[in-house]
Amino acid sequence: MSNVPADLRYARSHEWVREQPDGTVEVGISDHAQHALGDLVFVEVPVVGRALQAGEACAVVESVKAASDVYAPVAGSVIAVNEALAKAPELINQDPYGAGWIMRLKPSGPLAAAELLGAETYAAVAEAG
Amino acid sequence: MVFRRAAGPGVPVAHRRGLAAVEIILALRTPLYDLHVALGARLVDFGGWDMPVAYGSQIEEHHAVRRAAGVFDVSHMCIVDLHGTQVRAFLRELLANDVARLTQPGKALYGCMLREDAGIIDDLITYFLEEHWFRLVVNAGTREKDLAWIRGRAAAFGVEVRERRELAMLAVQGPQARAALAALLAPEEARAAMSLENFFGAQLGAWFVARTGYTGEDGFEVMVPAAAAVDLWKQLNARGVQSCGLGARDTLRLEAGMNLYGSDMDESNHPLESGLAWTVAFEPAERTFIGRAALEQARAAPGGRKLVGLLLADRAVMRSHQRVLSAAGEGQVTSGTFSPTLAQSIALARVPAAAAAPGGEVQVEVRGKPFTARVVKPPFVRHGHSLVGS
Repeated sequence: MSNVPADLRYARSHEWVREQPDGTVEVGISDHAQHALGDLVFVEVPVVGRALQAGEACAVVESVKAASDVYAPVAGSVIAVNEALAKAPELINQDPYGAGWIMRLKPSGPLAAAELLGAETYAAVAEAG
Repeated sequence: MVFRRAAGPGVPVAHRRGLAAVEIILALRTPLYDLHVALGARLVDFGGWDMPVAYGSQIEEHHAVRRAAGVFDVSHMCIVDLHGTQVRAFLRELLANDVARLTQPGKALYGCMLREDAGIIDDLITYFLEEHWFRLVVNAGTREKDLAWIRGRAAAFGVEVRERRELAMLAVQGPQARAALAALLAPEEARAAMSLENFFGAQLGAWFVARTGYTGEDGFEVMVPAAAAVDLWKQLNARGVQSCGLGARDTLRLEAGMNLYGSDMDESNHPLESGLAWTVAFEPAERTFIGRAALEQARAAPGGRKLVGLLLADRAVMRSHQRVLSAAGEGQVTSGTFSPTLAQSIALARVPAAAAAPGGEVQVEVRGKPFTARVVKPPFVRHGHSLVGS
């Protein structure tokens, strides 16, 4: 039902990861996640330079309904955050895999070691709720 | 991320009967259920009912009601007709507000049904239809206890209690709502509908149309035979009336400063500490209604608690059950949300009376951090406009 692009990898906690040619990764939350949260009203992003462990709570997405933590899908340091979300949190609802990206990380280890899911597996996880 | 479930009325999914047989209790569905699904609504359990929370963007649905018109399925609410020669006397004892105020047929009255200790059993609307026929609209989640309480006292007055499960109810709300609904009526009925004054209802053909609502906007609540509900909804959609779910209904009612039973009040609160003193008719002094003695004691006692409005300027959202800290002691947020109209967080909170003065400041603990909130007198928004300039 929800959109799960095949070229991304996913965390069980509903974040997506896009590998960039330069070895960094872009991170956001999935279409399934934004749909379940409903209209977002505030997004709290981490400070640039912060070092994150895999699974560490590093951002908060707050919808009309509830606030939820976003977890770092891989270990790494924050090299950029999406400043546009401060004024337009709805970008995550409108374009979760594009304009609604949350942060860019420089992974501290090889991505292959990270516990990420392929699109098909994640779609099944999301479907199961 | 982790989805934190919003607190809400739950319903048991399975119920054990006998030794081995397990009966699944299916969620209740209104006559509009299939249409909600076809319209792509996200459904949630609400007091045992499968109800639409939003069809798309909850915030867009909210704005549609403030700026134009929206339609809500409120068929889960419970319509109860009371018949009998003593029905007025019965209601004057049953309710904290006084139906003696209802002198013109069609007039409606909002108020509470109390226990002897003044705890609120439910809040409800009473319509005076005929001298021997009144109508109540009570909450879905309290239906069973309400009916038991009402029936338990009706017999002494010879009042017949008839639930109207065959009726569906739609709330059509917003500045363009009345015209949109009236356009679907025959000319004479449309004129009658448009001439209804605020808080009046009338039977127009097969529809009972009332100028009431739960959004802070003008509009109608319409009770129609269940079989007519889907067609009515589609015709309203065709006239540009936005389908709206319970999500928008909650942000609209909170902006309008209206209480939600089970969140802002329940049997452990009385009306005077729930922002509902205006719904208690202490006059005439000789009227004995259920809960009166306890309420008079509460009124005479110093201190106590009050339900107030809170406004938060920071980028955080107040939620129910958060702690409120003040110099006068602790309180609690009873309903909190992000207000789409004001673009900031608003809440209702029960606080010590000494901290309840509008203009004062309190601290609200949001996700472990204290934020300063300003105390205001609800409503926050009425007829599309902010009443709490920040």
